[in-house]
Parts: sequence; C-alpha cells; structure tokens
Amino acid sequence: MHEMALCEGLLQVLEEQASEQAYRRVRAVWLEVGALAGVDVRALRFAFDVVCRGTLAEGAALHIDQRPAPAWCMQCARQITVNTLLDPCPDCGGGQVQVLGGDQMRITELEVD
Amino acid sequence: MCSVCGCGEGEVRIGSDSSHALPHEHVHPHDHGPEHAHAPPVRAPGPMPSDAERHHYGTGPARAHAPGMAQARMVQIEQDILSKNDAYAAANRRWLAERGILALNLVSGPGAGKTTLLARTLRELSEAYPMAVIEGDQETSNDAERIRAAGARALQINTGKGCHLDAHMIGHALESLDPDPGAVLFIENVGNLVCPAAFDLGEAYRVVILSVTEGEDKPVKYPDIFRRADLLLVHKIDLLPHLTFDLERCLEFTRQVNPGLQALCVSSTSGEGLEDWYRWLKLTREARLVGHPALGTPSAARDAG
Repeated sequence: MHEMALCEGLLQVLEEQASEQAYRRVRAVWLEVGALAGVDVRALRFAFDVVCRGTLAEGAALHIDQRPAPAWCMQCARQITVNTLLDPCPDCGGGQVQVLGGDQMRITELEVD
Repeated sequence: MCSVCGCGEGEVRIGSDSSHALPHEHVHPHDHGPEHAHAPPVRAPGPMPSDAERHHYGTGPARAHAPGMAQARMVQIEQDILSKNDAYAAANRRWLAERGILALNLVSGPGAGKTTLLARTLRELSEAYPMAVIEGDQETSNDAERIRAAGARALQINTGKGCHLDAHMIGHALESLDPDPGAVLFIENVGNLVCPAAFDLGEAYRVVILSVTEGEDKPVKYPDIFRRADLLLVHKIDLLPHLTFDLERCLEFTRQVNPGLQALCVSSTSGEGLEDWYRWLKLTREARLVGHPALGTPSAARDAG
C-alpha cells in the first residue's frame, strides 16, 4: 500500500547522493528487503518506475534481494530463518520462535555514471 | 496518481490549529534533524566485498558497458529507504523529549473508534495534565473539530491520497501546535492497518486499537502493525454480548505476533476499562518525565498539569 511513498524516499536518497558521490545518472539500484518489511515487491517495482520518471533514475533497473528473517527457535536452541511472523520452526515445527529481524529495507548499491 | 497505493506527495495539507491566531508559515527555524548523508565514500570500481549471499556479484560495470561509453561505476551506500523519515522522526523525538511531551501514535483500521475514545479521554482527563491532538485523515477536518469540541487543542493533517502520516508532517504539525511542556500528545494516524506500521513518527509509544466489531483474527491478518505496537486497546467491549467475537482467541492471536503486548479492554460508551487506560496514561507520562531537568520531580510534573 505504501510502496509509492517508499519509492519517493528512495528517490530522495538517490538525488541527495548525486552531488555527494558525483554522478548524473542512476543505471541500476540494488535493494535488500527483509521478508517482514511489509513490502509488496510487485507494487514496489511498479511504483519505482512511476516515481523515477523524469528524474535522474528514469529507466533504472531495480534489483531486489529478498531476505528471509532471522529468528531463534527456543526448542532447537539455534538460529533459523522464517518468511512470516507466524512461521513455525522449519526443523522441529514448533511455534516457540522469536523473530530477530527481517524488517530491513536498504539500498545497498547503485550503478551510476 | 498511482492506482496501487494512491500515495503521493504534494497533496498533503496541514490544517491550522484554530486556537492559534497566527498563520503557519514555513520560515521558522525548525531543525529537520541531523542531516544524515554520511554515506561511506565511493569505492573504486573493482571487486565488491565478499558476501557469499550476493547473487548479483557478476553484474559489475566492466562487463556491462562497451568501451568508449561513459564508464559506469558502482556506489555502495547502505542506506535505509526510510532513512529520511527516520531522521525526521529522531528530530521529533528529541524535540518532544526536551519538552517532556509524551507522544502516542494511535493506529487502527477505519471505524475502530479512535476519535470517540480520544474525545472521551480528553473530556475526562482535562483537569489532569495538558493534552493535544494531531489528527490524520485523507480528507475533512471533522475529527479535529470533534476533538476541539471535547475541549482540547487539535490540528488536522489531511494526507490527500496518502495512506499514512510520516515524520515530516508531524515535525511541521509540532511547530504549529506547539503542545505545552509535560503534555500528552495523541497522534491519531490515518485509519489503516497496513501502511502506518512502517513509518516512525518520533512517538514514545504506539497504541493499536482493535474494536470487537472487527474480526478477532485481525492481529494475524495484519501482523506488522500489531507486532510494532506497545499497547493494544480492545475497544467497544460493551458490544460483546451481541457479537460472536471471541476475546480470548483474539488475545491469543495477538500473542502469536507480539507475545509481550499489553492489552486493555475498554469501551468509550459504557466507560468499562477506561480507568485502566487512564492509569496507563498517567503512569506512562510520569515515567517519561523521570529525570527531565525541569519536569522531573513529582511536584513539577503536577505543576505542568
């Protein structure tokens, strides 16, 4: 739902970095999006194209690296990964799972010129 | 405008606080927080740091561009998409802390009864300590008017097509509203169980309100907003006898997504449970004031009220 606003935030970062990192065009953007970031990747791609129109990132490729969320299974006493807040432990099937992250939405790299 | 989410800038309107005679201008020295663009320096083109999970390692510029064309290069910036919002939120949080103001971000789906609950709270606690309200809605200032009718200062933010409040809007709203030191500031977010979850406003606590006329499985259907909440108010419990809503099941669902979430069951019609809510507000406000240079003693906190 809020992917448009996220892309506007993303574009702001790209525009700010343009002077600092001395580039004029953004060719590609790499994002890391956690499984619990509440982001719909299809909507994000759509919004990215719309928001970047007429800007320094028009037509830029968007690479999205979706990462599962790290979590701790109390029963197995070891770290696991989950894809939703309600996932059971993939090994023991137990529900005593403490989610440790997975809500990141980070720009990791840009290809620019 | 986007048909996927409808969010957009340029349509946000921050209404006037009618108790303020002065028009709101954007020339005051509102600090938008630490300018945060401290990205690491540009890395020279070349091998990227080893990261076994990177699946795009081989897409470096050397192979992507023909000789003679402008040489593209890779920039590693490691910046959160919401870093701008988070910087505004941090500035808001500091501004609020300096004044000893307890800010609560109230989130719920549409029609959960946020404004009704708030209006009754404001009426019944009007003698206790200063309170102010920021109202977020797509359109109209109906809610702010209801709040003013309850005797409190209120400022309406209309988000236009936007589906949530963000920290930048709140920064401007704080300037106009300028709540009293030691006040409780209620920020009533746009009625939406999805988008507001992602946007930190600089609040001290997030309060999610779920009414019993909704499904008891809302916490598992919209887990993000429940996961990031600090207090759950189960509202309209006076209607329970007429509904099939299973309160215990609802609380069990809530525990699945947020095991430590404290829940209070309230009704702003019958008044049931409101004492607990008021007590939570009082104790939370006082706890936040502990150590505050001007308001940190019990007598000073009382004087502010």
